[in-house]
Amino acid sequence: MPKEDVIEVQGTVAETLPNAMFRVQLDNGHKIHAHISGKMRMHFIRILPGDKVTVELSPYDLTRGRITYRFK
Amino acid sequence: MNGIELKSPDEIDKMSRAAKIVAEVLEALRGMVKPGVTTEELDRFAEGFILERGGIPAFKGYRVRDKVYQHTLCTSVNNAVVHGIPSSRMLKEGDIIGLDLGVVVEGYYGDAAITVPVGRISEDVRYLLQVTNEALHKGIEKAVVGNRISDISHAVQKHAEAARFSIVTEFVGHGIGRKLHEEPQIPNYGEPGKGPRLKAGMALAIEPMVNMGEPETRCLEDGWTAVTQDGSLSAHFEHTIVVTETGPRILTKL
Repeated sequence: MPKEDVIEVQGTVAETLPNAMFRVQLDNGHKIHAHISGKMRMHFIRILPGDKVTVELSPYDLTRGRITYRFK
Repeated sequence: MNGIELKSPDEIDKMSRAAKIVAEVLEALRGMVKPGVTTEELDRFAEGFILERGGIPAFKGYRVRDKVYQHTLCTSVNNAVVHGIPSSRMLKEGDIIGLDLGVVVEGYYGDAAITVPVGRISEDVRYLLQVTNEALHKGIEKAVVGNRISDISHAVQKHAEAARFSIVTEFVGHGIGRKLHEEPQIPNYGEPGKGPRLKAGMALAIEPMVNMGEPETRCLEDGWTAVTQDGSLSAHFEHTIVVTETGPRILTKL
């Protein structure tokens, strides 16, 4: 089978949710749920509404993602 | 995305029935591959055989976004890596052909592939086929409880590269069972000791693709056929296996 890579997209955090989950408005207009990557958690990188972030999406479920980068 | 399904003995039984048909078709096709045979004829035979045995061809009607695969068999000749479409192309003495197929029985899948010579082939091409098949089995040997997915990947890569061949990285093996492609993806390359741990009941399709030249591939305009960029020959072998407490069990074997 063809290898399926994760899809990287940019978005803006719209809302913080419990359990380190966020609602992220993607640049293409979609709103998704995203959690924060383990490495970002390890380094206590705080994410607030309005932050620009990079989100990895799985090709299997495009409504959930994983925040891997927060822009300064 | 949520983990890898473990199959029950009942599910494995259904899978092994599907897998047995796959193995029988491949064995019959191996005998049919001769100079002058068209890849369409092989496809037609495979479809008839599977239906007669009470299975359903798994690839026919398989969708990837807006594309639908129309055939039972993938026939990848010479520099085709995988997903070659059966056609009126006639096999010639000295060709090699990859035959890949899947079967569904009661909703459960089996999937396997072999690459076979057409008539006589040269010694170095025969060696490519041998090494690719050996690499598959090196990978299968690592499919034991407690190992990780990339232990399989690493064993495959090491064997193929030791023979100075290259591993195709754009295609991967996969979990299998109630769908043709399930979690996890199983690359044919990588560091050992990475990825999910193997547990009894995991069903995996391991499928190394090995090129004689460079590893890069490209897709033809037909939207399916992957060929080597440098035009070198490519071989592909695949088995569906189940991880058991007593080691890997190959389902697609007669």
